[in-house]
Amino acid sequence: MLEVSGISKSFGGFRAVSNVSLTVATRQIAAVIGPNGAGKSTLFNLITGHLRPDSGTVRLDGRDITGAPPYRICRMGIGRSFQRTNIFPQLTVFENLQAAFLVHHRRGRNFWTRADTLYRDDTAALLASVGLTGYERTVAGTLSYGNQKQLELGLALASGPAVLLLDEPTAGMSATETHETIGLLERIAAERALTLLFTEHDMDVVFSIAQKIAVLHQGQIIAEGRPAEVRGDPEVRRVYLGQGLAHAQ
Amino acid sequence: MTAEATATVLPRAAAAATALRRRAVFSRIPWTLIIFLLMATVPWVGSRYDTFLAAQITIDALFAVSLNLLLGTTGLISFGHVAYFGVGAYVCGILMKTYGVAFYLAFPAAGLGAALFALIAGYFCVRLIKLYFAMLTLAFSQIVWAIAYKWNDVTGGDQGLPEIPYPHLDWMSAIPGCGDLSIGARFYLLTLLLVAVSLAIVHRVVRSPFGRVLTTIRDNPERAAFLGINVRLYQLAAFVVAGGLAGLAGALYGIFSRGVFADYVFWSKSAEIVIMTILGGTGYFWGPPVGAAALVWLNQVITDYTQYWSFVLGAILLALLFGFPGGIVGGLDLLWQRLKRLRNA
Ligand SMILES: Nc1ncnc2c1ncn2[C@@H]1O[C@H](COP(=O)(O)OP(=O)(O)OP(=O)(O)O)[C@@H](O)[C@H]1O
Ligand SMILES: [Mg+2]
Repeated sequence: MLEVSGISKSFGGFRAVSNVSLTVATRQIAAVIGPNGAGKSTLFNLITGHLRPDSGTVRLDGRDITGAPPYRICRMGIGRSFQRTNIFPQLTVFENLQAAFLVHHRRGRNFWTRADTLYRDDTAALLASVGLTGYERTVAGTLSYGNQKQLELGLALASGPAVLLLDEPTAGMSATETHETIGLLERIAAERALTLLFTEHDMDVVFSIAQKIAVLHQGQIIAEGRPAEVRGDPEVRRVYLGQGLAHAQ
Repeated sequence: MTAEATATVLPRAAAAATALRRRAVFSRIPWTLIIFLLMATVPWVGSRYDTFLAAQITIDALFAVSLNLLLGTTGLISFGHVAYFGVGAYVCGILMKTYGVAFYLAFPAAGLGAALFALIAGYFCVRLIKLYFAMLTLAFSQIVWAIAYKWNDVTGGDQGLPEIPYPHLDWMSAIPGCGDLSIGARFYLLTLLLVAVSLAIVHRVVRSPFGRVLTTIRDNPERAAFLGINVRLYQLAAFVVAGGLAGLAGALYGIFSRGVFADYVFWSKSAEIVIMTILGGTGYFWGPPVGAAALVWLNQVITDYTQYWSFVLGAILLALLFGFPGGIVGGLDLLWQRLKRLRNA
């Protein structure tokens, strides 16, 4: 269970995230939505240790992880993808995921074995499940945007997280790719019993898979609950959803 | 299929198969072994001066490879790498000259001493990023230079430490053909062997899981951290290994040039080694050794106009930055890929 309580972050007097509390239950699929600049990515960065909160706490299964460095938080079982794709551009697709497995299995202190002989099967299996079979030898930086997003999802999954945070996982994807990615996410979340928290601008995506939605506006949560409740909330309609929501209905 | 079509298809398939076989054969030739053996013949087939140049190239190759562990593998830009080279040279020189310690102990001690100093300096450096990291490495190297220059009792100050003894290499007389070799030539052969072994080890380490972790840090430190990598710790480890190797190169250099002097650790030497590494190609394991050979050779060619050496270095750097970002080996690789594509087309 992921519990964020009363977390705040200011950038030079500007409150990007203000007293936000949010709980995601184990195996729940939750979404944070809100207009551009609402503070969604900042909230993620606070949870994953990329930013240090001014106040408030983050707990993972009851354990206080506030302000721990990202590599520790990752080892504690939180995986994430980034809004701007964040891969290893000069390595091949295969090497990207293989490196993630090496690190996950704590092989980094091995100075002698040939890295490219390790975790080949795991890597191939994960490549297949994120739909990148056939791209093994492609240099990751030359992949299409959609494929890079798939690779990033693979990187996040390789460390076997219990909680997965995805910052706009389908941004920039074609309709087909979006559809495939959502199917994949649902499948993997079920298979691996993942707790999933994601942000997304595509309301079709949000309402099709989220079990819980929190709406962020100017750094504050203005509504939180089951999709049907959020959809009916007049405040949400006023500040954010409007026609997009009507469309989703 | 018509007879005509078969007639054109068959030779093409055969040609493709031959090309494939030729390429496989080409890549299976043990190039590194051949080059090592060729280098080893220099004392017999070349002049004393050729041996001198070969030794210079060999030592610079190790020095440049150690820098590339930072530059090409980990993505750290050090402007002060000569500090560790210098610490190694002084540790080995002082132990051998002042305390009469045997080379076989002084040499590893030089590597350890340089690694230890790299651990201290690196502890501070990895807390900074990019340009600030580079500036701090420079600052540490200037500190080493100042100590070398001022600490008369130990380093000999501006007089340096002349006449460092050669190691005992009498045992080499037992090897057939080595009986007539001068001590300098014998030391060159020992240097070649030690550098070859060091390079073989580095080659292996770069391909190990540790090496792979370093490349992820080079490519994207933020993402690397979120795979669970303690980025600073690994950067520090790379810094220590690179420093230790540079120290080994420095130890060899002190003996080879018959003395250790404060000039060795002046910052311009760091710049030279950076240029050497980039010239060869930071993206390739064999780039820096090729760069070392090219730069030592170039220095000879224009030796009559030594006052232009800085100018030449500057010009090379410009040419590299604008024309050949992959360096010599990168350029050759590109050429090779083009030829392959032409042949396949
Ligand atoms: N490092 C920073 N320094 C200063 N301001 C920042 C920083 N990071 C974010 N901000 C500001 O904080 C606000 C929230 O940004 P954030 O990226 O969290 O929004 P978001 O909800 O993810 O938006 P989007 O939907 O566009 O991704 C924005 O106004 C942004 O300009
Ligand atoms: Mg965002």
